[in-house]
Amino acid sequence: MSIHTRHLDKRFGAVPVLEDINLDIASGELVALLGPSGCGKTTLLRIIAGLETADRGELYLAGVDASDTPARERQVGFVFQHYALFRHMSVAENVAFGLRVRPRARRLDERTIRTRVAELLERVQLQGLEDRYPAQLSGGQRQRVALARALAIEPRVLLLDEPFGALDANVRKDLRRWIRSLHEAIDVTTVLVTHDQEEAVDIADRIVLMNAGRIEQTDTPEALRMQPATPFVAQFLGAPAQGASVAAC
Amino acid sequence: MSTIEAALPLAREGWVGGRPRRRRILPGFRLTLGLTLLYLGLIVLLPLTALAAKAAGLSWAQFADAVSAPRVLAAYRLSFAASLIAASVNVVFGVLVAWVLVRYDFPGRRLVDALVDLPFALPTAVAGIALAAVLAGNGWVGRWFEPWGIQLAYTPTGVVIALLFIGLPFVVRTVQPVLADLEPELEEAAANLGATRWQTFRRVLLPTLLPAIVTGFALAFARALGEYGSVIFVAGNLPMVSEIVPLIIIGKLEQYDYAGATAVAVVMLAASFVILFAINALQAWQGRRAGAGT
Amino acid sequence: MPAHPRHRRVATTEPAWLRRLLIGLAIGFVGLVLVLPLVAVFTEALRKGIDAYWAALVEPEARAALWLTLGVALFCVPLNLIFGIAAAWAVTKHEFPGKAALITLIELPFSVSPVVAGLIYVLVFGAQGLLGPWLVARDVQIVFALPGIVLVTLFVTSPFIARELIPLMQAQGTEEEQAALTLGANGWQIFWRVTLPNIRWALLYGAILCNARAMGEFGAVSVVSGHIRGQTNTLPLHVELLYNEYQSAAAFAVASLLALLALFTLIVKHLAERLQVRPRAPATAPNIGGIAA
Repeated sequence: MSIHTRHLDKRFGAVPVLEDINLDIASGELVALLGPSGCGKTTLLRIIAGLETADRGELYLAGVDASDTPARERQVGFVFQHYALFRHMSVAENVAFGLRVRPRARRLDERTIRTRVAELLERVQLQGLEDRYPAQLSGGQRQRVALARALAIEPRVLLLDEPFGALDANVRKDLRRWIRSLHEAIDVTTVLVTHDQEEAVDIADRIVLMNAGRIEQTDTPEALRMQPATPFVAQFLGAPAQGASVAAC
Repeated sequence: MSTIEAALPLAREGWVGGRPRRRRILPGFRLTLGLTLLYLGLIVLLPLTALAAKAAGLSWAQFADAVSAPRVLAAYRLSFAASLIAASVNVVFGVLVAWVLVRYDFPGRRLVDALVDLPFALPTAVAGIALAAVLAGNGWVGRWFEPWGIQLAYTPTGVVIALLFIGLPFVVRTVQPVLADLEPELEEAAANLGATRWQTFRRVLLPTLLPAIVTGFALAFARALGEYGSVIFVAGNLPMVSEIVPLIIIGKLEQYDYAGATAVAVVMLAASFVILFAINALQAWQGRRAGAGT
Repeated sequence: MPAHPRHRRVATTEPAWLRRLLIGLAIGFVGLVLVLPLVAVFTEALRKGIDAYWAALVEPEARAALWLTLGVALFCVPLNLIFGIAAAWAVTKHEFPGKAALITLIELPFSVSPVVAGLIYVLVFGAQGLLGPWLVARDVQIVFALPGIVLVTLFVTSPFIARELIPLMQAQGTEEEQAALTLGANGWQIFWRVTLPNIRWALLYGAILCNARAMGEFGAVSVVSGHIRGQTNTLPLHVELLYNEYQSAAAFAVASLLALLALFTLIVKHLAERLQVRPRAPATAPNIGGIAA
């Protein structure tokens, strides 16, 4: 599913967090929103999910104006930075949640739900941990439960907020590769937020580089490095600054 | 890119005058806020408005007469003084109890911890008659004072003791969590710098605990000021000597002197609100302190 | 409250003699001020033997008072449960201007003396009150009757559950609810499946405290009850009545029922506190149970 935004503006009180955001993401892409902390990338992700509303501007999901669609109807998979697993539910119950809260007419029978949960847990390599509770899991395992839970609702878009932020360095590398291969396997439009340029370069088809509430440049990792559009881009990616002064973040 | 892009206007136009969108993300806001306001309006605000209306209907002379009668003044003096003394004593013992519960392990610690809440759970009338039984001249405590000519029950001393009972948990339960959250490094640093235990307590711990202690004091004081049930059974209720303000209000109500009752109550209520305001300010202070500390 | 005192390190504890002295002082104070009166209730109640004790409990006026007290609590606790949950949801899951003022308003009844609480209801519903003439014309009696008792009890106990839930739900945040939302859950599903399991023990504790206060309220009820024997006398009022008539043993016998209720409340509180998972809340908002006034 494609994602487009037009002229999104968002303020928190008097502070502008997003200004005139025009984003175009094609169906099936894996895009990273990259930028220093406080640049508005997480807010943008939350607006796509419907967890935040833009003050102005439109959001199109699959070409349809979804600006006023409530979050629960968007069918968007969201993986929270700190996972937001339901702490009183086992791993299997967490993953099954999205299937169990469907309106009765669209609800699957319990056996199908169980099969689906088992499939998903196998996909994220957590077989055998069905009955554990979130508190009994490692950070990397929680991350994968959160992912399986988001995938269970067959999302049209997968959104990941700093998916590697809370993990150890060696786990991050593995997970990065694994998410990349998962994306190739299930072919769902994926947007992730990160402040780590190495991570973004490594994983994404295209990078949306943001600074102070604006998009500086959107391009492939190579193009960003070879042809930075602004001094900020050059400085942020560590390329030659081309003599220009650098905007502070 | 998809074909839709061409159809989406990139030029910013036509929207500038519009109001920013405001939508609630989580559901239930209108329902729950509406219910809350309705309930508060009916149960809390309506009767308080009636008090305000009644008070506004009093002439200044009526008001002054009611609150400056010698018997009423004596009651104000007793209520404020006894509450002040009880809250002060409770600060000392409340901090002590909180300290012992957080810092030391001893048999029965859990039991003592649970018992601290007793005044919250025990109906005040029960506490009142029980205290009267214990403090009376032939009671378990009173009999030790009787031979010395000291009477505990049915005197202002009895009032203070009842208010001690009522106020203790407020100090303990306010100080306890703050004490439990203190980092041991703080005291280790002080010891490392050569401070004695007492110096550490005086100069490091006490200032850190101070906002919580003051808050606990204010809560205990506020509660003591309005307390009725536990006090009237041990106070003796002698006019000019051991009669508390709430009892004056009851007395005026029994004589259908609604104006007088209202006047006396308004002063009490104003005092409560000042304390409530102070507690809120104190908790903000405490919050800032804790925020700066971590 | 921590389940166990943190293991103290060498440099930051006191010598053994001082520790023992402080522990002794604390236990002594708690014993003298809190435990002794509690024990006195039961010994005084049994002073005239178990038969007199039992007789005082089953006597018709005592039974009527018991039923009245149970009825009032049964009415007030569920209402305050709904109010407490609604208020906590509005305040902790949403942002809106005037929120701090609303929280203060919710806690306001804690700072009002019970006697003043009774007085303000007399000023609304009494014969000379704001709505008095209207009520008299329609022959509706509120004050000095059951409705008055229920109303003041609602007033006095209204903050208990909200006060218990608000700090907890604030500390828990809204992320789990947001996650449920993106997974397609509607409002009721979010509340029943995500929020409620996270607050259930605190909710139980709040309800139990609310119940203890509803059954034990004395000052406010005393003002509006009218003290009609067998009709508008609640258990605490019945205790006062017996006590003032010098039926001390009977008064303490009835009081012992209320004391047992208090002990039960303490036990449930202790269990609920251990079972309720609390995110490490900052020390800024001490949850003092807020059982003021």
